[in-house]
Amino acid sequence: MNFSWVSTYWSLLAAGAVQTVLLLVISVVFGFILAIGLALAQINGPRGLKWLARGYCTCLRGTPLLIQLWLLYYGVGSLLPLVPGLRSSFLWPVLREGFFFAAVSFTLNYAAYEAEVLRGALLAVPKGELEAARAFGMSPAQVLRRIWLPRAIRIALPTITGEVVLQLKATPLAFTVTVMDLYAVAYKVRQDTLLVYEPLMVVTVFYVFLTLLVTRAFKVVEAQVPVRR
Amino acid sequence: MNLRIMLYENPVRFSGRCAKFPPSQIIPMSSALSLLELLAPYPPGWGGVLLAGALSTLAISLGAYGIGILIGLAGALGKLAGGRPLVIALDLYTTAVRAIPELILIVGLYYAGTDGINRVLLAAGLPPIEINGFVAAVAVLGIVQGAYMTEVLRGAILAVPVDQIEAAKAFGMRPSLRFRRIVLPALIPNALPGLANLWMSVTKDSALIAVVGYQELALATRLAAGNTKHYFLFFFAAALLYLAISFLSNVIFGALEGHFRRGQPKNA
Repeated sequence: MNFSWVSTYWSLLAAGAVQTVLLLVISVVFGFILAIGLALAQINGPRGLKWLARGYCTCLRGTPLLIQLWLLYYGVGSLLPLVPGLRSSFLWPVLREGFFFAAVSFTLNYAAYEAEVLRGALLAVPKGELEAARAFGMSPAQVLRRIWLPRAIRIALPTITGEVVLQLKATPLAFTVTVMDLYAVAYKVRQDTLLVYEPLMVVTVFYVFLTLLVTRAFKVVEAQVPVRR
Repeated sequence: MNLRIMLYENPVRFSGRCAKFPPSQIIPMSSALSLLELLAPYPPGWGGVLLAGALSTLAISLGAYGIGILIGLAGALGKLAGGRPLVIALDLYTTAVRAIPELILIVGLYYAGTDGINRVLLAAGLPPIEINGFVAAVAVLGIVQGAYMTEVLRGAILAVPVDQIEAAKAFGMRPSLRFRRIVLPALIPNALPGLANLWMSVTKDSALIAVVGYQELALATRLAAGNTKHYFLFFFAAALLYLAISFLSNVIFGALEGHFRRGQPKNA
């Protein structure tokens, strides 16, 4: 066991950790917003929208994230330069990076899983509470914002914790599209120093630490609302 | 040590590639072939390679799933009936596997496994062997599956009503007979939804094997796409193949659950 390389690579490791956390936060935040729309569309959208949302969730949950990522990065990525004017636009420096494609595909994938969780939670909110809200004269938007969604999120919170941890464990895939995340740093260390296990171990400790952090954070959030058992 | 990771060695960066070639030249070479010809199952097309990849994905998944069920059954029984050291060891195994990203587990176990076996052989004075990529893939994914399977089966065993087991004891059944006749048939309906989830996740996790260089569907697709530069077409085709596998599995598991829940009241 040789850990002397840590002193030369710690700045890269820190940068990799930042990339990993950034990917996680972006995909969870935007994925969650997307998931709310998808779940609502599945529950009481018009028929066309309902089927579209259902098909989206099935397709993204039925194919590996790796394939989705490569489809975006290699497939859509090779078509993007054909769009006239895009390469000279200010967006291009972002659009050509692997990070952009990783963030987009993780977001879309997370949204599909989260939408299923939210759909179940939205249906699990007691009907009486929604009726009470309507009896108070709240508009449908107000019912959603004040009662339906907050209650559903509370119900789904333990599952959401699990989904976020799963998402964290999916982020190393970004290394296959040239993102310098934690795992990519471990890979670089292996190429430079020919050490196989040590960098993997150090990176694993990082991931386990992040997992603990996420579960702790969600425990705190869960404890905000007292539940009668 | 054979470092067979091939993904990172030739990262195709669009920025670089597109800077060199004007857009009209980005799809070169085989643009003479039509899309259908590209997907044809015989050599000028790459359909055969994709189908072979899909078959090897299925084979890896089935093998890993089988190993996972064996590990899971042993692990669940060990957690429920084992001594304290065994329970602690099993807890460590399931927690570690479920906390570490699959990609890191697969890469780590793949190299640690092949390297470890060769070291043992070296210590025994035998020549090192090249471990078959298929066997390594199945073993690695099986170990990962085993951890999740342990938890699913443990929950399913715990959900078997205690009275039924007591009744079996009262009939004087030996533990092995009791397990075979009472516990196993009663736990399967409980475990099936979890088992179906795990099968779905192993078919998709097997795509990660591409990263250690064994040719299954994901890597075959990359190969086809890289050779023809029709990235979108081939990754889309691969996504459809995975989707077909998922749909088929859904139907099969639905039928299985119907079979094993026969005789149980509906809406129970």
